[in-house]
Amino acid sequence: MAFRHKNTRRIEGLDSNIWVEFTKVAADPSIVNLGQGLPDISPPNYVKEELAKASAVDRLNQYTRGFGHPSLVKALSQVYERVCGRKIDPLTDILVTVGAYGSLFSTIQALIEEGDEVIIIEPFYDCYEPMVKMAGAKPVFIPLRYKNDGNSASSADWVLDPEFNSKTKAIILNTPHNPIGKVFTREELQVIADLCIKHDTLCISDEVYEWLVYKGNQHIKIATLPGMWERTITIGSAGKTYSVTGWKLGWSIGPQNLIKHLQVVHQNMLYTCPTPLQEALAQAFWIDYKRMDDPDCYFYSLSRELESKRDRMAQLLQDAGLKPVIPDGGYFMIVDVSTLNVDLSDVDEKQPYDYKFVKWMITSKKLSAIPLSAFCGPETKRQFEKYIRFCFIKKDSTLDAAEVILKNWNKQTA
Amino acid sequence: MLRRAGPSLRHFLLERKSSAGYSSYFSEAKMSRPVQSRRLEGVDKNIWVEFVKLAATYSTVNLGQGFPDFPPPDFLKEALETALSRENHMLHQYTRAFGHPPLVKILAQLFGKLLGRDLDPMTNVMVTVGAYQALFCCFQAFVDEGDEVIIIEPFFDCYEPMVIMAGGTPVFIPLRPKAPEDGKMMSSADWKLDSAELASKFNERTKAIVLNSPNNPLGKVFSRGELEVIADLCVKHDVLCISDEVYEWLVYDGKEHIRIASLPGMWDRTVIIGSAGKTFSVTGWKVGWTVGPNRLLQHIRTMHQNSVYHCATVAQEAVAQGFQRELMLYGKPDSYFVQLSKELQKKRDWLVQSLDAAGMKPIIPEGTYFLLADISNFKSDVPDVPNSDEPYDSRFAKWMVKNKGLAAIPLSAFYCGAHKNNYSHFIRFCFAKEEATLKAASDILQKWKQEKTSP
Repeated sequence: MAFRHKNTRRIEGLDSNIWVEFTKVAADPSIVNLGQGLPDISPPNYVKEELAKASAVDRLNQYTRGFGHPSLVKALSQVYERVCGRKIDPLTDILVTVGAYGSLFSTIQALIEEGDEVIIIEPFYDCYEPMVKMAGAKPVFIPLRYKNDGNSASSADWVLDPEFNSKTKAIILNTPHNPIGKVFTREELQVIADLCIKHDTLCISDEVYEWLVYKGNQHIKIATLPGMWERTITIGSAGKTYSVTGWKLGWSIGPQNLIKHLQVVHQNMLYTCPTPLQEALAQAFWIDYKRMDDPDCYFYSLSRELESKRDRMAQLLQDAGLKPVIPDGGYFMIVDVSTLNVDLSDVDEKQPYDYKFVKWMITSKKLSAIPLSAFCGPETKRQFEKYIRFCFIKKDSTLDAAEVILKNWNKQTA
Repeated sequence: MLRRAGPSLRHFLLERKSSAGYSSYFSEAKMSRPVQSRRLEGVDKNIWVEFVKLAATYSTVNLGQGFPDFPPPDFLKEALETALSRENHMLHQYTRAFGHPPLVKILAQLFGKLLGRDLDPMTNVMVTVGAYQALFCCFQAFVDEGDEVIIIEPFFDCYEPMVIMAGGTPVFIPLRPKAPEDGKMMSSADWKLDSAELASKFNERTKAIVLNSPNNPLGKVFSRGELEVIADLCVKHDVLCISDEVYEWLVYDGKEHIRIASLPGMWDRTVIIGSAGKTFSVTGWKVGWTVGPNRLLQHIRTMHQNSVYHCATVAQEAVAQGFQRELMLYGKPDSYFVQLSKELQKKRDWLVQSLDAAGMKPIIPEGTYFLLADISNFKSDVPDVPNSDEPYDSRFAKWMVKNKGLAAIPLSAFYCGAHKNNYSHFIRFCFAKEEATLKAASDILQKWKQEKTSP
C-alpha cells in the first residue's frame, strides 16, 4: 500500500535531539549524572506542601483561566513589578506556559515567520535553533568569544560582538547564560538594546536563571532599559526558580500588544496549563514575595547554596588538572578537557570530539556531562568541541561521588 | 494591513533619533513595524475566552464549559497524595519527555488490550498536555500548506483554527438531522452523514479527516457501519484519520464505543487521542495522549520535543496509578469507567426530562456529557436582530446567562463561519454536574417557563 504520509516541511530535519540521546545514555543509576540540568536536591518543603494543599481542593482539579490561573498571574505581576519598577497588568502583560520552553515556542510562533532572521548567541540553549527554523526563519549565529590570556577563566571573559541588519526580526538573549554562566552587564545589554532600537528589533530574553547570580554580579532585565519594554518578551521558569523542573510552568512577560499574540498561539495550542500546579506556585510566590527584603527569601538562599556548590565543583575540576570556566550565574560550568589529552581518534564516528569524550567518560569513568558542541551552530562546532558542560545543582553525595571519580582520574590513566 | 514599514518611513524614524542613541519619541510607543506572524491570521477569536468570562461574571448555574463540578474519584486523589508524600522528591523533576514510563506502559497495556494489538510504550504512545496539545501536534506534524482536512460539523471548535494555523484548508461536512418518527424525542443518532456527500469531500489534496466520537457537542456515538464508510474512504484516498476519542468511556444505553483504528486498514493511518481529564474527571490536570503506529508517532514526537518537550511529572504518576486500578477492575461494577458512565446516564436522563418539561426540546445524546436543546419556544424573550453579525443562539445564550444566571454554549460556536446560522436555535448544556446544580438549572427553567405563560 502506497503511503504518502510524510511529515510537514516545518519539522523537516528537526527530529534529532541531544537530550533524547544523552538522557538515555545517562539513565544508568551507577553513573554520576552531572549532565542534564535537573536538580537532585529537594525543592523547599513549603513548595511541596502547597501542591498537596492545592490538589485537595476539588475545583482546583478542573480547568482554570487559559492565559494563566488568576492567583498565579497576580503573584507574578507583584513580584515582577517590584523587580522591574513598572506596572505589570496580570491579565494582559503575562502568559503562563508549559515551562519556559513553552514560552519560547509561543513567542517564536507568534512573532517570527518566513523571511525573518533571528540572532542566536552561541553557545545557545539547543531548542532556539529548531524553534526558529520551525517558524520558517533563518537563525543567524553570533558567537561569544573568549578574550583573556590569563589562567583563571571566568564566564565574564566571554564577550559578544553583535551585528544586526534590516532582516533581523529578533535577538534571543539568555542571561544568566546556559551553558557558559555569563551574566550580561548593563553595558553589554545596552549595546544590544541600542541595536534593537536602531533596527526596530524584538528581544526575546530567556531569564530562567535570573535568581542564580553569584557575588559581585547583578541580574539586569533588558526590558528595563529605555526603549526596551515595548519590544521585549521576558521569559521565566518555575522549574529553575523553585527547583521543580517537573512542574513545567513558565511565563512570558511583556507589553500587551506583543503578549496578546502569544496568547493567540497558546489558545490554539494547549489552551490552559494545569491548575493545581499553578495554584501551588502562586502560593509559593506569595510566601517569597513577602520576604523579598529578607536574605531567607528562597530566591537568594538558593543562590547562596549554589554558589558554594559552584566553588566546590570548580575546585574538584582544578584539582584534576582541568581549567573550568567559573560561571557568574546559572548552575552549569564548562570546562576545557583537551588538556587531558584523551586520544579518541580511533573512535571512527563523525562526531565532534566532545561528543566522543562524553560518551567515553560515561562508559569508562561513570561520570556524565553534556558536550558543548550540542549548543553550537554548524560553523562554530570546531571551536567549542574541546569543552563539556557540568551541572552542579546536585546534592552533596552526588558531588562527593564526582569527587572520587575526578581524584582517581589521573591514577587510572597513568 | 501594512506588513512592514517601507524604507522611507524607516529613514524618517531613524532621522528623528538623537545622537544619544534613542529618542523620547519612542518612550511609551509600540514597535513601529507590525510584529505578529501571518500564521495567526484568522485564528485569534476564541469562544471560550468570551463565554468563560460571562459565566464567571453572571452565572449562578454553570452548565456551559465542559468540566465536572463533582470531585475527582478518591482513588485518584489518593494516588496524587501518595506520590507527593513520598521521600523521593524526584517526582518534582523532569521525567521522560515522551511520557512518564509508568504511564506509557499502562496506556500501552490498556490500549493494546482494547485494540487487540501488541503496543510498544516507547514508540506507540506519547503523552501530551491534554488532548488539546495532542491535536495541535497532529495538525502541525501532518498538515502543510495546500492540504485539506475534513471536519465533521458540529465540531469541537479548536479543530478549525488549528488546521488554519498549520496552513491547511478545512473542508466541512455537516451531520444532518432527520426528525424521528412517531413524535419521539430526537437522539444524537438521528444526525447522520450523507455518504455520497462525504465521498465528494475527498480528493487528492485531502490529507486527513478529524473524527470525534463520541461527538462534542452533539453526543453522537458513530456506529460500526458509519465508521466503516469513513474508513473505506480513508483507505481509498490514502488519508490520515485523527481520532479524538476523549469521551470514549462515556457511552450510554449499552452502546459500544468502537475505535476506528481497529477497522481493517486503519491502524496504520490513525492517531488516537485520549484525555485523563475526561476519563478521570480531572480536566485541570491536563494529561492527554496519542496512540498510533510509530511511523506517525515519530513525527508527533518531533513536534512535541520542539514545542513543550516535557509534560508535568507528578500528574502523570497519579494517572498511571489510576489506570492500574482500572485495568484490574476492567468491566467490573467497581470500575470507575463503569460507575461514571452509569452516573452520567442518570444525570443525562434527569436533565433531558427537566428540559422537556420546561419546553426546551433536548436531543438525547448517546455519549459524552453534553446535550443540545432547541430553544425555539423561548425565542420571544430574545428578539431577532435583522442583519446582525452574531448568530441568534449566541445572543440568546448571552442574554440567558445575564438575565437568568444560567450558562450554556451556543451551537453556532461549533460550526464554521459560513455555517453558523444553519442551526441557530440550539444551545449546549454540560450535565457533568452535581444533582444540586442540575436541580438549580431546572428551577430556573421552570420559573422562566411560568413567567412566559402567565399574563
